Amino acid sequence: MREKSPYDLRASARGIYGFFEMMTAPPKILAKFRLNGDEIECAFHPNKTLLEVLREDLGLTGTKHGCEMGHCGACTVLVAGEPVLSCLTLALECEGSEIETVEGLARGGNLHPLQHAFTTCGAAQCGYCTPGFLLSAAALLQVNDQPSNAEIKEALAGNLCRCTGYTKIIEAVALAAERMHESSDA
Amino acid sequence: MLRLPAFTYEPARSIAQAVGLLAQYGPDALVVSGGTDLYANMKQRLFTPKVLVGLRSISEMRFIAYDDATGLDIGALTTLRTIAEDPVVNARYHSLARAASLISTPQLRNMGTIGGNVCLDTRCNFYNQQEDWRQALGYCLKKDGDVCRVAVSSTKCLAVNSSDLVPVLQSFDATLHLAGPTGERAVKIVEFYRDDGRYARVNGPTEVVTRITIPPPQAQTRSAYRKLRLRGSFDFPLLGVAAVVRLDDDGVCRDARLILNAVAAQPVEVTEAVRYLVGTRLEADALAAAAECAYKCGKPLDNTSASVLYRKRMLRVFARRTLEDLRHGI
Ligand SMILES: Cc1cc2nc3c(=O)[nH]c(=O)nc-3n(C[C@H](O)[C@H](O)[C@H](O)COP(=O)(O)OP(=O)(O)OC[C@H]3O[C@@H](n4cnc5c(N)ncnc54)[C@H](O)[C@@H]3O)c2cc1C
Ligand code: FES
Ligand code: FES
Repeated sequence: MREKSPYDLRASARGIYGFFEMMTAPPKILAKFRLNGDEIECAFHPNKTLLEVLREDLGLTGTKHGCEMGHCGACTVLVAGEPVLSCLTLALECEGSEIETVEGLARGGNLHPLQHAFTTCGAAQCGYCTPGFLLSAAALLQVNDQPSNAEIKEALAGNLCRCTGYTKIIEAVALAAERMHESSDA
Repeated sequence: MLRLPAFTYEPARSIAQAVGLLAQYGPDALVVSGGTDLYANMKQRLFTPKVLVGLRSISEMRFIAYDDATGLDIGALTTLRTIAEDPVVNARYHSLARAASLISTPQLRNMGTIGGNVCLDTRCNFYNQQEDWRQALGYCLKKDGDVCRVAVSSTKCLAVNSSDLVPVLQSFDATLHLAGPTGERAVKIVEFYRDDGRYARVNGPTEVVTRITIPPPQAQTRSAYRKLRLRGSFDFPLLGVAAVVRLDDDGVCRDARLILNAVAAQPVEVTEAVRYLVGTRLEADALAAAAECAYKCGKPLDNTSASVLYRKRMLRVFARRTLEDLRHGI
């Protein structure tokens, strides 16, 4: 085993420092926003990201945390209908905004067509990236219900998947688009 | 969870209020627009401001306006996506829209702004790391240390300017408009950056970039931007090449600019190349000669991903390809 260096000691002291940081954090603030269609009021520290508030304060763990640095897209949510990264958004910056997470996709007990298509195509293996992909795809289908393959790829270019690969995910989005377009025609 | 350090947040509703808040808090405060660069850096404890002055609610900084006489005027809060999709920018400043569309990912382009992009912190493999990592190494010149890890004998920080918009804005001769405690001033983008990754920008911490203006394009101006990266998405540039040429009615080049980025703390203009381009019809040998100048001018160091040798060799290739794009139109 490696000898303990002075740096290790300083690094482990960061645990205490972290606790200290938490105890001296500026007071919580109260913010209101619309979350998946419901008015929500929630108190949190000003330095909390939307990702942290969703998962820890609101118990909505459908939004995943991957890199927490903007490099993976697992934490994608919709703010005012546009996909953004909740790991690099302050919750307080969303005051008054309309937020949509994966929990809001299904309506009245019915899965969203994208969720159906993902199951039909086998577009999820471990499923960790799936909520992020679903929301990026949902934002695309909102504005373009007949996307080309290239448009689907471009819309999903900010989401990484480490197991399924991208082919089935793209197929699933195309299938959902087709089904949604057909049902809107009918 | 990778958490942000503690701070208080002061939302500004106007430019005047933002400047007032910055003056009030002094060095304890930083401004934030989209947060895509700053929050990531704060998570790594590269910055631990006591106060964040939020600019995002300043509606007077969110606009794009074009006028044939005065040119393009872009509010600093305009998102990268808006720039990439704007029809006027696409038609008249093609490479600007193109560069914006190549930045990071769709989500980040919805969040990131042009003001944050021109003020992007310089980047380096030894700097953009978690605190434990930097601590284990004994830190570096840019933050908390006294040795540059890229070149130990260097007295200046060698971190690079990794913005995709900056070289393009420089190729269009853009001007940045700043508001600070002593009033407003305009700085040409060529004078905005310094050749030291630690002090890479001339604006002080109390000065906000409010808008960016670009002169109207002259007739027959063509522009192009190419970006070297390992993946087609997410990645910062390993090399950015921006080029602008003006042709006359016979298709002869009358004016040219070639600018490299991500090879130094500031954009590098290949002034020598102009000599080989002006007076030609952008024939292959003229482009090859100009590309050779770019190859000599750009000096990448071992501070981003991909090897130095590869980045050096790609200078010639990307400079030539960017100029070829211009020959084909746009
Ligand atoms: C995974 C990932 C990939 C990325 N890839 C790229 C890339 O390929 N190319 C690229 O160019 N960028 C890239 N970025 C960086 C960033 O997303 C963009 O540069 C974006 O435009 C930054 O804008 P912002 O509004 O989010 O800046 P912020 O994070 O809000 O601010 C960045 C810096 O500028 C200062 N600042 C912000 N606004 C102003 C203002 N108006 N006046 C004065 N100072 C200001 C802040 O204090 C901060 O220091 C990437 C980021 C991530 C996380
Ligand atoms: S967790 Fe937000 S991008 Fe990876
Ligand atoms: S299904 Fe496992 S990461 Fe995508």
